[in-house]
Amino acid sequence: MKPVFSKPKALNDAVMHYCPGCGHGVVHRLVGEALDHFDILDRTVGVAPVGCAVLMYDYFNCDIIEAPHGRPPAVATGMKRSRPDLIIFAYQGDGDLASIGLAEIVHAANRGENVTVIFVNNTVYGMTGGQMAPTTLLGQQTTTSPYGRNLNTDGYPIRMAEMLATLEGTSYVARHAIDTPANILRARKSIFRAFEMQVKDMGFSFVELLTTCPTNWGMSSRESIRRIKEELIPYFPLGVFKEKEVADYI
Amino acid sequence: MYYDVFISGFGGQGILLAGQLLAEAAMEKGLEVTFFPSYGVEMRGGTARCTVILSDEAIGSPIVDSPLCIIAMNQPSLLRYQESLPEGGLFIVNSSLARLEDVQRDDILVRAVPISELAIELGNARLANMVALGAFAQCSGTLAPEEIVAALESVISARNRKLIPLNEKAILEGARYAREMPVFQMHEVEKRDGQTY
Amino acid sequence: MSSGKRILVKGNDAIGMGAIKAGCRFYFGYPITPQNEIPEFMSRELPKIGGEFVQAESELASINMVLGASALGVRSMTSSSSPGISLMQEGLSYMAGQELPAVVINVVRCGPGLGGIAASQGDYFQAVKGGGHGDYHLIVLAPASVQEMYDHTILAFDLADRYRNPAMVLADAILGQMQEPIVEREEEVQEPRKPWALTGAKGRPARHIKSLLLKEGELESHNRLLQEKYREVQKHEIRYNELEVEDAELVVAAFGTSARIARTAVSKARSEGLKVGLFRPVTLFPFPGERLRVLSARVKNFLVVEMNTGQMVEDVRLNVSGDASVFFYGRPGGAIPTPMEVYERIVKHYKEQ
Repeated sequence: MKPVFSKPKALNDAVMHYCPGCGHGVVHRLVGEALDHFDILDRTVGVAPVGCAVLMYDYFNCDIIEAPHGRPPAVATGMKRSRPDLIIFAYQGDGDLASIGLAEIVHAANRGENVTVIFVNNTVYGMTGGQMAPTTLLGQQTTTSPYGRNLNTDGYPIRMAEMLATLEGTSYVARHAIDTPANILRARKSIFRAFEMQVKDMGFSFVELLTTCPTNWGMSSRESIRRIKEELIPYFPLGVFKEKEVADYI
Repeated sequence: MYYDVFISGFGGQGILLAGQLLAEAAMEKGLEVTFFPSYGVEMRGGTARCTVILSDEAIGSPIVDSPLCIIAMNQPSLLRYQESLPEGGLFIVNSSLARLEDVQRDDILVRAVPISELAIELGNARLANMVALGAFAQCSGTLAPEEIVAALESVISARNRKLIPLNEKAILEGARYAREMPVFQMHEVEKRDGQTY
Repeated sequence: MSSGKRILVKGNDAIGMGAIKAGCRFYFGYPITPQNEIPEFMSRELPKIGGEFVQAESELASINMVLGASALGVRSMTSSSSPGISLMQEGLSYMAGQELPAVVINVVRCGPGLGGIAASQGDYFQAVKGGGHGDYHLIVLAPASVQEMYDHTILAFDLADRYRNPAMVLADAILGQMQEPIVEREEEVQEPRKPWALTGAKGRPARHIKSLLLKEGELESHNRLLQEKYREVQKHEIRYNELEVEDAELVVAAFGTSARIARTAVSKARSEGLKVGLFRPVTLFPFPGERLRVLSARVKNFLVVEMNTGQMVEDVRLNVSGDASVFFYGRPGGAIPTPMEVYERIVKHYKEQ
């Protein structure tokens, strides 16, 4: 019998701990497909964040290290500089990347480190129980913004893809949403492109993915997918913000 | 054998280079040596000072509070450090830039050398550090002036190699002056009252 | 000492030379006085030998770059001074938990806070008692000469690899800035194999390096193993120097620069007929407490000298026998005890016996 659907080789058979309706599983699969596609699984090292995805080493069939909170881009820098033959990717959430690790992501991007960063933005701290993130939308209620995010006291949600695209050091910057099949296919294409950039020594690649967190949003899976389209995408527009044709270093 | 010396002056007088050269020369002679520069937060100007310790045994403290010799390359150094000398200590004073009459101690050995003037006569005021080292070698008896000359090549950067002969001349000139100058007695100094810097 | 040529070297440069001799090809760091000669040296020398120098955006980033490089099995290091080392405590705790080797140089300046740039030994507690969160230890070496700045840097790499643990060279601003003759090591440094390193899962199952251990009992067992390792370190790696302790009636205990200062004071006391010795811990963790205990069976007076308000003195008190007196003399905030001050304390306590 001809198989018509299978798991990527990059993922193992462990049952994921992610909540029903969470976007991490889909993003893991897309990353896994990219590792399969470029046949780089056996020379890839992943850097796990602090947050829900810290346990990603339980799901991927590649070497993985766990980094301190916010520091995956620094850890990835140390790795890529010492073993440029390896493929290094960091996988980070919004608290990890856009709050505590803002300096690390901006400077790794600015140095044009030849690594790939997968940024999962679900507008909330997941693992710690639904606190306000730097990407939490105005008015959004979280456990630390119980009256809704207030621009006077909490400031505005940060658009990381746009910010990083302004840096001369970045080579590929895109944002996609994990809501509809069409958007997931676009995300897949960008994740593939991001790894391709690294394989071709093209420099820093970054893909932001808008995903759901039904548990901490207090929604059903279906409602949370709808929220991506109705609330997130209007504030975090989708697209490829930057794509260098040639590497500008070496 | 144990000997320690402070070299002190303005930033820009080549104080640290002089200390380094002395340390290098002593090392090449086979002595143990420690060179410690004082440093401040400012990048330029201010006071520069270094300590050099020479010994034929392992050196203990790199920090010295009362050295056997002080080379005061300017007036502030003369004022600030003369009290640090032990009884019988050697005070080499750059009499071109420091006033002998401000030496308050009568229990130390003062050697006044017009270091900056000698350097200018040799063609460059920046040779003052070398003149001072020559005088130090002569007065302290720790190293021969020629032993300091021999270390020039290790300390002067390749870019300035052509300046080695001139530096050599300055070291020997400082030594010559110190050898030939009359021994200076403190009681001969006429104190000029009421003058301050 | 080998027969090699003596060269006059600044302490901070000696650290860079030692690191390169030890096979370190990856340096990550952030500027801070009084250790800037180290990143300057590495940025100049590493590119010549196929290494990498990265000026990180902060000490948080430098230590995590070291963490990343170390996880791949290469020798890497960072250096800083006290405030920067405070920022590295998170990374050091992670590396201790993940059992990653690394060398961290602390050219200690005075604190607390921004403090000053003068030399101090105020980071003793931070270095030997943990510093970061959790039950862990760094291996801590305390050089007292420029030669040891070179030698201890090499030794730190060896110990870090042998025990899969971060090792710190605890120097200070005086040791970093002063110049002394050193002899470079001639024989090659052997790097051990690292079968635990992340190298890509080619022909083997994927490997993970982590310190998050959530299964029941897992973290407790991991902690027990770490403690077992520290006991091994204590068993095999204690180093100390002694000077004239055999017949001493008072022993001065000091590390690093303080030990150099104390040495001059001890020599002066000896020359005046006082039976005084010097005990210098070379490793601060593991601390040579057992040797102090043995000494204190006979010597009943100890004078601890530090460039702080009294940190190592606690470890001395913990180890000497109950009837020994432990006196302390220290100067904090960048002030340096002079040999004369130490000598006066020796005389005072010697007479008090």
